[in-house]
Amino acid sequence: MRDAFIRTLTDLAPQHPELLLLTGDLGFKVLDQYIARFPRQFLNVGVAEQNMSGLAAGLALEGHTVFTYSIGNFPTLRCLEQIRNDICYHGANVKIVCIGGGMSYGAVGFSHHATEDLAILRSLPGMLVFSPCDLWEAAEAARYLVSHRGPAYLRLDKSAAPVNVEPGEAFRPGSIRTVREGSDVTLAATGGILGEALLAADALAEQGIFCRVLSVHTVKPLDTDTLAAAASETGGIISIEEHAVDGGLGGAISEALMEAGVFPGFFVRMGLRNTFSSAVGSQQYLRKVYSLDAAAIARTVSARLARGADRFLTVAAR
Amino acid sequence: MTSVGGGAHIGAVFSCADILAVLYGGFLRVDPTAPKSPSRDRFVLSKGHAGAGLYAVLAERGFFPVEQLLTHYQDGSDLSGHVSHKLPGVDVSTGSLGHGLSIAAGMAYSAKLKSAPHRVFCLLSDGECDEGSTWEAALFAAHHGLSNLIAIVDYNRIQGIAPIAEVIELAPFAEKWTAFGWGVREVDGHDHQALHTALAAAPFVAGKPSCILAHTVKGKGVSFMENSVLWHYRIPRGAEFDAALAELEAHP
Ligand SMILES: Cc1ncc(C[n+]2csc(CCOP(=O)(O)OP(=O)(O)O)c2C)c(N)n1
Repeated sequence: MRDAFIRTLTDLAPQHPELLLLTGDLGFKVLDQYIARFPRQFLNVGVAEQNMSGLAAGLALEGHTVFTYSIGNFPTLRCLEQIRNDICYHGANVKIVCIGGGMSYGAVGFSHHATEDLAILRSLPGMLVFSPCDLWEAAEAARYLVSHRGPAYLRLDKSAAPVNVEPGEAFRPGSIRTVREGSDVTLAATGGILGEALLAADALAEQGIFCRVLSVHTVKPLDTDTLAAAASETGGIISIEEHAVDGGLGGAISEALMEAGVFPGFFVRMGLRNTFSSAVGSQQYLRKVYSLDAAAIARTVSARLARGADRFLTVAAR
Repeated sequence: MTSVGGGAHIGAVFSCADILAVLYGGFLRVDPTAPKSPSRDRFVLSKGHAGAGLYAVLAERGFFPVEQLLTHYQDGSDLSGHVSHKLPGVDVSTGSLGHGLSIAAGMAYSAKLKSAPHRVFCLLSDGECDEGSTWEAALFAAHHGLSNLIAIVDYNRIQGIAPIAEVIELAPFAEKWTAFGWGVREVDGHDHQALHTALAAAPFVAGKPSCILAHTVKGKGVSFMENSVLWHYRIPRGAEFDAALAELEAHP
């Protein structure tokens, strides 16, 4: 995803001389081509994220479209107040890019895992929040952000879900992308972990359970209509995110559906529950440890459908 | 206005009133009829708690009506205690210390990229030089040779609730800025001529950002407020207000 993002920026930089990429001393090799071609549209500000975000605001107020780029929490939580006061309050045209969404950085350790960013960033007024599931969405979101004016956050995962892009498919910012149809259960995922949802859906299909799989690439603004349709057309909704369940995708979906007065048959938030991702291992290993892999998703679906069936029997017996 | 509205930070405002008066009394290239003119000099009040001082000079320069000052701190006003960019002539809202120099450096870097001749001025407090972010910005500005950036530090030696000597000593202060790659001058921050001369001399070193350490007295102009921690938060009312006004009017 990181490469897809940089490639898009590299493609668009010539037509957008106002575009500036700021990095907090990250992007070894990855940014080389961009830097070589557009030295005047690049700035390594050093290991100084607060300054990077304040600078970005100042540059944006002068008409630049500024991307700030770093790992995990460094471009977000480390400099959250600069994002709130300097960028968002001024409506400054700054796009914050985190590489290493969720537990992408695996065994590097919890300091490099971004697991509260969606909740925190989406609470900021005026901030858009993108969390693509595959390379296409990452590139398309980046392309959209180059032209969009105002603050936005782009969370890039190391893993990417294997989703087929339909011929002529258009990326619709602010809309949920239905990547698989189904009517038994809805799996609403954000980020590369959508790949686990697809694997779970494959396994469940063999048992005759058909999942609708939604890619919530835009967490803010949230596409309530598609979620409401899923709530009424499928048996229930499971939100899946490599992120804390509090305030993240699961939080956002429940807020939206409650306010819309639409109640799914059941609702489960899959994600980190009041825990740091302190186990050591690859992203894949960590998903297993924190019950976020395909097997855990399939188990959750089966358990919920079984419970629903019990309730149905109880009601029928009455 | 701070008395009517109940706004704090009068000591901080008086501390930098002369600096603001010199800047807006003719030094800055700004035009009240075109507050967003791309060629204007930029000004960032990093010590946003002195918003009342900036509002006052902007109103006097005709950016908005002087009567509007009386709405400071009032329900429905645009004049929040900490400076707000809702007001014409204010580019940046601040209030959290340690943000302004980064924003100003971004503006200065942009001007350099565009080869634009305008300059960027940033007024900081000494207290916000406790903030690491201030020094991140200082390193950046020096590295990129932002000679179009001028920082003025209101060096009154008092911070929020105590003198800096008791909290976090900054001395040797000029040496710190010099070591960070800035051209530095120290002036009496209440001497208009000296301030003007220093401002006019920037950049002090070719190719470097400039720092003016303005030695000031917190609460300047009102004997019982001068050098007092109390008047960071206290609001003058009644007899205190009358006495303060009398002193200020005696020395316009
Ligand atoms: C980040 C941050 N922390 C704390 C405060 C609260 N605060 C307001 S003014 C101030 C200190 C005032 O001293 P100084 O910064 O030296 O400014 P002066 O009033 O002396 O000009 C503090 C701590 C703040 N505004 N921002």
